Amino acid sequence: MDARITLIVNGQKTTVVTDPERPLLEVLREDLGVTGPKYGCGEGRCGACTVLMDGQRALSCSTPVGSANDKEITTIEGLADGDRLHPVQQAFLDEGAIQCGYCTPGMILSAVALLEENPRPTDEQIVEWMNGNICRCNGYEKILNAVRRAASQVKEVKRS
Amino acid sequence: MIEDTLEMAESPRPDTVKLSRRSFVQLLGTGLLITVTEGVTLGQGRRGGGGRSIAVAARIHINKDGTISVMTGKVEEGQGPRAQLSQAAAEELRVGVDRIRLIMSDTGLVPDDGITAGSRTTPSTVPAVRQGAATARKLLTDLAAKRWKVDPSTLTVSDGSIRNKAIDKTITYADLANSADVEEAFTQSVSSDIALTPVDEWKTMGTSVPRPNSRDIVTGAHKYPSDIVRPNMLYGKILRAPSYGATLESIDLSRAQAMKDVLVVRDGQFVGCAAPSAHTARLALEAVAATASWKTVPQVSSREVHAHLKRNSRGGRPRTKGSVEKAMSDSKKVLSETYEVAYVQHTPMEPRAAVAEWEDGKLTVWTGVDGPQRNQQSLASALGVPSDRVRVIVPDMGGGFGGKHTGEAAEEAARLARAFGRPVAVHWTRAEEFTWAYCRPAAVIECKGGLDAKGSIVAWDFASINPGGSAIDTPYSIPNTSILSAGSDSPLRQGSYRCLGATANNFAREAFMDELAAAAGADPLAFRLAHLENTRIRNVLEAVAKHFDWPRRRRQTTTDVGVGLACGTEKNSVVAACVQVRIDRRRARIKVEHVCEAFECGPIQNPANLLSQVQGCITMGLGPALHEQLQFADGKILNASFAGYLVPRFKDLPTLDIHLMNRTDIPSAGGGETPIIAIAPAIANAVFAATGKRVRSMPMEDALRRVV
Repeated sequence: MDARITLIVNGQKTTVVTDPERPLLEVLREDLGVTGPKYGCGEGRCGACTVLMDGQRALSCSTPVGSANDKEITTIEGLADGDRLHPVQQAFLDEGAIQCGYCTPGMILSAVALLEENPRPTDEQIVEWMNGNICRCNGYEKILNAVRRAASQVKEVKRS
Repeated sequence: MIEDTLEMAESPRPDTVKLSRRSFVQLLGTGLLITVTEGVTLGQGRRGGGGRSIAVAARIHINKDGTISVMTGKVEEGQGPRAQLSQAAAEELRVGVDRIRLIMSDTGLVPDDGITAGSRTTPSTVPAVRQGAATARKLLTDLAAKRWKVDPSTLTVSDGSIRNKAIDKTITYADLANSADVEEAFTQSVSSDIALTPVDEWKTMGTSVPRPNSRDIVTGAHKYPSDIVRPNMLYGKILRAPSYGATLESIDLSRAQAMKDVLVVRDGQFVGCAAPSAHTARLALEAVAATASWKTVPQVSSREVHAHLKRNSRGGRPRTKGSVEKAMSDSKKVLSETYEVAYVQHTPMEPRAAVAEWEDGKLTVWTGVDGPQRNQQSLASALGVPSDRVRVIVPDMGGGFGGKHTGEAAEEAARLARAFGRPVAVHWTRAEEFTWAYCRPAAVIECKGGLDAKGSIVAWDFASINPGGSAIDTPYSIPNTSILSAGSDSPLRQGSYRCLGATANNFAREAFMDELAAAAGADPLAFRLAHLENTRIRNVLEAVAKHFDWPRRRRQTTTDVGVGLACGTEKNSVVAACVQVRIDRRRARIKVEHVCEAFECGPIQNPANLLSQVQGCITMGLGPALHEQLQFADGKILNASFAGYLVPRFKDLPTLDIHLMNRTDIPSAGGGETPIIAIAPAIANAVFAATGKRVRSMPMEDALRRVV
């Protein structure tokens, strides 16, 4: 049975009437045209679909859209401030931490969630946190460098 | 049967230009279209003997606003050709790389550069693009010279401007593109025999140019094949057989037909549903799938697959040198071992995806495939339409690793779109990708070697069943050899992969070399060097041993920590690796702690990208070496998910110490594949160093479980 669901996607309030069991990922991509979050496995084991839900990391492929009602959803499209990239986005560019780039939105949002929670992560904490995100180009080394770089910049921003 | 061979990789079609000229004007605006007669280098090294064929390629378009478009049939899937080919064009056109707009893999616009495979972009397409760009520069310079009535050699070109020093005047490419007389001069395709810029004069090539559209990647703006949406588009789902070889006997479509907004079609074995959302299409497909009855046939399981492959080994005659039989019988010591490799999947992050749209009997497809022109041909023949009515566009896609040579999703989407008269998207699920995409071949490799009294290898017998023949020749100097690449009856659909058969053949050879070294009582490094004349391999091997501090680390071997090394060559590049592993005997775990690798592929065209490729190869190689294997029984994949099929993750990342050796006196070779081939055998050899046990099959943790 369809339900009326309100989502606040990248600051914009939208209402969809749909089956509440549909994955949030598919509603974002198919109904709202927000294609930054990617399908990778459909069971929350690769992180390509990662979004922020009320600031927390969420796997949108295994989140029924009904459970996202009235929640603030941030996708990769909503991360930059106008033309100014988020420090994590910038760090991925600076480190060249992109090969095919399909995992990149999920990687970036995972890292953003990490740095929100723990602005000074150790390498072990980064690896532990990011381990749910798969990169099949196996660009882990440069992604790790990007997260480290972003962490040091976030620290600087917070200090100043 | 390997579905894609490299011999098929280059098939330039000289008629491409005829199809395109109209599209150019439509899409790129008026300006100069420069078509170049290119000598395309076929083959590399021993394969194909460096033959050349001629193709007319529409390579460069200079718009009247000065925009420079460069066309290529190559596909960007993360390995870096977008930057590399932009650099190639910029270098020869003498413009900044940001002036180049690279148009890739759209059969309506680009020349056929062959399928993106076999590390061929660097040795084949980069030279072709450079030739085209250099020719364009020469033509423009000649025109300017004619206008000024001077000798072209008195003119200099930089940053897209041609300068006449004598009269202190410049004219830009855009100026020339705007002049009325100039277009006439460019309607003929021109032969390119102009010399390319030597390596020591490179300005753009050889630098770490980032991927040109990387900002679109980090903002989510880039549209991958699975992100493409067309007006009025439906989402399609295809009925899959419950097991390999099963045939559909009956099915009742009425349940889906009764569902709101759902369309369903059956055409023989092909059954598909489409709906305005993937969710509805999925529900509809589940409803009809429940009514299907299937006739199944017995299938080989993964437990018995190696015995099956060996039993069904067929074809191929060994290539021999000297007399292996006699040399074996004269040998002081003879070793004989068998190595095995499991089937693995590519599992690119983006599974197969396509959108198909028909308009006036013409088909346009957006999809993720390695060969747009090849896919255009296969779609045309599958759908029964002439190929000039099929246009295939490949947006930069989410990974491939040799796994996307075939265009299944494109054909499925095209069938549904034709049946329903609306654009249809087909996005494979991860389980479909695991089950129905072709995989890397399993292998059985039988090695036999004979040592003389001095501990030199005098006889070498290498029989490789099923993985294919790449890197099958031994690079070591051995007087008597027999080398066989045999096919078999593969129970799974198999095809290309990053370095394909070289991963299996190099694993067996380098692990067996280690066994021979031990039998000869020699250090594995010294033993290899004693048999190695190839100076390129010697160089990487000696470099890696030095950086790794091989002698010291080898002395420090314990029962838990071991080191191993391996080397190899394929696709005209050379690699050597040293690894350190830590063994957890109780859990039969192998932790690769440190990898030191040296790689050389001629002059380095983009150091940062090459580093990414080498890092990616090493880390990707850990998967099949340690954990990855498709498990199957009764025609079903039992671990068709990231839960049961373990790919490398952040926690698996070892310390990487990579040395890219820039050798400028030979042509550049590709670097996206060969760096994978040394990692697995180096691990096997390190496991032996720690445990004294040989693990002779990939994945090795399974093998270790059986021996400790």
